[in-house]
Amino acid sequence: MKKEKVLITIQLSGGNDYLNCIVPWENPLYRDFRKHIKITDEEIIPLDNKLGLNPGMNAIKDFYNEGNLAIIHGVGYPEPERSHFRSMDIWHTAEPTKVGTKGWLGQAIKEIDPNAKNVVTAVNFSEALPRALVNQGVPVASVGDINNYGLFTSIEDESKKNEALNTFKRFYTPTMGNDYVMDYLGKTGLDAVKGAEIISKAPDLYNSNVEYPSTSIGKQLKGIAQVHLANFGTRIFYANHGGFDTHTNEIVLQQNLWQQLSDALSAFFEDLKEHDTGEEIIVFMFSEFGRRVLDNGTGTDHGSGGVSFLLGNNVKGGQYNDYPSLDPDKQIEGDLKFNFDFRGLYSDILEDWLSVESKNIVGGNFEKLSPFLK
Amino acid sequence: MATVKTNRSLTTHLLRRAGFGGTKEEIDALNSFEYDHIVDYLLDNRHKDPVPVDLLRRYQIDLSDVRTNISSGSYWMYRLAHNKFPFEEKIALFWHRVFATGQNKLIQGKPMVTQIEMFRKFGMGSFEKLLVELSKNPAMIMWLDNQDNHKDNINENYGREILELFSMGVGNYTEKDIKECSRAFTGWTIENMPYNAMKMRNNTARPFGYIAWQFKFDEKDHDFGEKEFLGEKGDFNGEDIVRIICKQKATAQFIARHIYHFYIKDELPVPQWPHEEPIDPSAIEFIIESYFKNKYNIKEVLRDLFKSEYFRTEEIYNKRIKSPSELVVNSVRLSGGFDIPSEEVYKATSSSVLMGQPLMNPTSVEGWQGGEEWINTGSVIERINYCSEILGDVNKDVVNNIVKQNPDKKNILNLCLGELGYIKLELSTKIPIEEYIENSLPESICSEEVSLIIKLIVSTREFQMN
Repeated sequence: MKKEKVLITIQLSGGNDYLNCIVPWENPLYRDFRKHIKITDEEIIPLDNKLGLNPGMNAIKDFYNEGNLAIIHGVGYPEPERSHFRSMDIWHTAEPTKVGTKGWLGQAIKEIDPNAKNVVTAVNFSEALPRALVNQGVPVASVGDINNYGLFTSIEDESKKNEALNTFKRFYTPTMGNDYVMDYLGKTGLDAVKGAEIISKAPDLYNSNVEYPSTSIGKQLKGIAQVHLANFGTRIFYANHGGFDTHTNEIVLQQNLWQQLSDALSAFFEDLKEHDTGEEIIVFMFSEFGRRVLDNGTGTDHGSGGVSFLLGNNVKGGQYNDYPSLDPDKQIEGDLKFNFDFRGLYSDILEDWLSVESKNIVGGNFEKLSPFLK
Repeated sequence: MATVKTNRSLTTHLLRRAGFGGTKEEIDALNSFEYDHIVDYLLDNRHKDPVPVDLLRRYQIDLSDVRTNISSGSYWMYRLAHNKFPFEEKIALFWHRVFATGQNKLIQGKPMVTQIEMFRKFGMGSFEKLLVELSKNPAMIMWLDNQDNHKDNINENYGREILELFSMGVGNYTEKDIKECSRAFTGWTIENMPYNAMKMRNNTARPFGYIAWQFKFDEKDHDFGEKEFLGEKGDFNGEDIVRIICKQKATAQFIARHIYHFYIKDELPVPQWPHEEPIDPSAIEFIIESYFKNKYNIKEVLRDLFKSEYFRTEEIYNKRIKSPSELVVNSVRLSGGFDIPSEEVYKATSSSVLMGQPLMNPTSVEGWQGGEEWINTGSVIERINYCSEILGDVNKDVVNNIVKQNPDKKNILNLCLGELGYIKLELSTKIPIEEYIENSLPESICSEEVSLIIKLIVSTREFQMN
């Protein structure tokens, strides 16, 4: 059976510092600007003679060596916003100039499953529903704890819970007449229960020797593996890895975060391998912005221009685009100047991976990467 | 027993809109008064010590000190649930929605707490005074960068948003008006910012800030030159700009739509307002008239509105989807409030976040749009699970009060509906629950069965509505 292609998005919230993630270690300007928070030559994991990785990224380096990791340099958008919110909003809606209401993935889901036949086409594991997944009439299952997911979790007795659920389904059936809001509530409630009933089966169907780290991102990726391996037809997963807002103590914090992500991703791909699968998955990782070139003594402040990643057995590994110049004249307002619009990257993912037309979703035609698939 | 003078469903409707819904006890007590007196009572009974804030300090120092990223929201949650003058909290919530400011950008919660305090103080008075206070509010100044708005180099962020989002709405002023407005607010900044910023950074025990920032009018950085704003000329300062803004019909109309949206019926999302007519134009006209008649006094506008026919018509009862904070606060109040400020408060606050409304941290610069925006498959599960957990708790007031009344299979549903604030169910909801009671419950009804029925009721569509 040909497996349907799946996209996992991992949001690196808070603004991942590009310079200390992909380190331009041979560039003397790096040392000048990062007097207080530079990563030393001994700690860096070298990529090539110009760039190295944050010491927390050891598993990421393995993916790179295997040719499965694409590092996309200099990603951003015109007139950068340095507010977390606004910038995250822009990434979620692909609308840099006005406030958008529809998420880019929400729109993709609508294309993939126009009649919302499968209520678990998209499954979110991050806290609260990210705007990226929002779109009118598009159901998204939002899972907190997969082992205790569903309605009436406070009713312990299984048969009592089922009786309550059956009653719930009866009074949520949208027959309240001509009231649009009530009908909408009814449909959403029923979708939620349907989704929960499907997803709550995943842990029982799952069997694996792989041990995931007990971090939040480890749990989220384990949940994703459980749902994916259960073959419910989920095409889009969403996870969140937060804490990148490193105004202080950056060296320690950022390395820890990447170590957690490294470990979780490494367990995840090992798990897929154990189940003889994985070709059908790519992982996309982004952050709302990069950070200032000049450090502030113990950390860095909000900036623009960043790095994104695509990871998977089908991804043509390597580096895409140029690393933005650190030359003070080439910076914009103390930030790295972006050289690749993120909407081009979305177009790549939408068209070449999910087979969804991107023009309407990203609002135009943007330069894409050279083919990023093998 | 006192004579009933006001129709009970009208009383419950008023309590839901002016506050966060009434308990059975509150509704029963108020019913015996004339309707207009109930309105006056709810709007005027400012309590001297509405919230036992000292308990917060004693039991949850991190909460009163705003030590975690969710402390400021939790601090407010505690007040929302305990204020004996709920109208005050409701109106603060209203302004929080209109003047959406978030601690995420400020990286500190304390100034947000102060901003909400300001809404309590000025939010029910004159809109003109409120807008002046808003322009001087440190959280707002930092949120919209007015400290970077200088005499020789204006930053238009606040000058634009006060017109677009806070008073008139797009289409009622020009780009030139925005520039002139920004000029008038130059020098409206914060006292001793660099020093306090350093002080804040150095206090690592309070990463979310303890600095009580103060407003400063910096004469040297203010542009005293002549300005032309909305057709008037003069050496306007910020106060003059606000005075001119407040007398515009566009302002009255914009605020009227917000009031309608929040207190009457879910309207279209705000960004569509310039392009779409109000759903009830005559109600909007009524509010506009009241705004001018009452010299922009918001409480008097609401008094007129609550006493009006528009508000009393049954057609609008239960027609607003409860926002997450309204749902959570309503449930906490019904369940008897928080015992002591504890983990329960955090739980309530983070549940509201999971339902899509992080208090003091709106997800977009335009605030929450409300209405259907609150409902998706994830939030529905959160809403139902939270309410059924806390209201179905066998150790809390709701279940206990019902058990005391010796419930049986015949009366249990009505007892539960009454205890939850006289909820009304559609027949298509009621019948399945009655059949459930008939077929699935044992003859003798104890707290466990009461809890099950409560859980079913709070999961209904009707309970999601305000």
